[in-house]
Amino acid sequence: MNKRRAYRSFVSYIDRSREYYAAQGYSQPYTWAHHDNAPFTPLKKPLSECRVGLVTTAGKMDAEAERQGRRKTKELYAMAANPAPTRLFTVDLFWDKAATHTDDVDSFLPLNRLNEYAAGGRVGSVSPRFYGAPTEYSQGKTSLRDAPKILEWCREDGVEAMLLSAL
Amino acid sequence: MPTVVLGSARDVVEECGVARFVFTDFPLGNPCGKPWDADMQRSIVGSALDLLERAWMARVTVQTPFRWGNDAWRDAFMRVDDSNREALAREGEERRRLQADAKKGGLS
Repeated sequence: MNKRRAYRSFVSYIDRSREYYAAQGYSQPYTWAHHDNAPFTPLKKPLSECRVGLVTTAGKMDAEAERQGRRKTKELYAMAANPAPTRLFTVDLFWDKAATHTDDVDSFLPLNRLNEYAAGGRVGSVSPRFYGAPTEYSQGKTSLRDAPKILEWCREDGVEAMLLSAL
Repeated sequence: MPTVVLGSARDVVEECGVARFVFTDFPLGNPCGKPWDADMQRSIVGSALDLLERAWMARVTVQTPFRWGNDAWRDAFMRVDDSNREALAREGEERRRLQADAKKGGLS
């Protein structure tokens, strides 16, 4: 159906969160990552011959964190992908808790779907581990501390292409 | 390393600038498809795999065809209006007070 609108229909989280935190009295808005150039690496061989890995911003389940509703420290981790976890820790992340839920891990970390593609031959194989990157306020921690470590794990696991799923 | 991002915060990802981006216009939380909808999840992951193979340059965004079902979440998320402005200001004050107390107590 054709519709006409005087505004964009998708939500701007940059605008929305700035106004929300300003209403809470935070005068310094968060400054989001912005790069004039984005890196691009083409696949070197067909995907049906590649090992594919997955990165999530969700955390490992832990009884203490579950009780507290938050993690003491948000840590970078690599975890066995088979069997796929049935729950991950997401309560302390920024997502729409009024509109949806994260009870189905495949809705944000689609390991089972990726395994199905591997079984069907669409991708060569799935990495034996998936990787968890904490959502950090500090962009420096993400790019200088976390990203190189994830790349190192990927190389250990023979990963040749990555799906990065952001909650 | 060839990468593709799956997400629902279009402005955040595009401002950052990534190699490939599969955008699904859903409330934040399920960037790979609705919970328990394996067909939709398979389709979205399939779009990501297609993009890994077919993108020819950086910053290619593909939007998947799925709709959440209603649009109420768009205005409701982090809404600021006259009905909650005072409550938000109080929440902010309270959080800063707790943080200041934690600092004084040597906690962080």
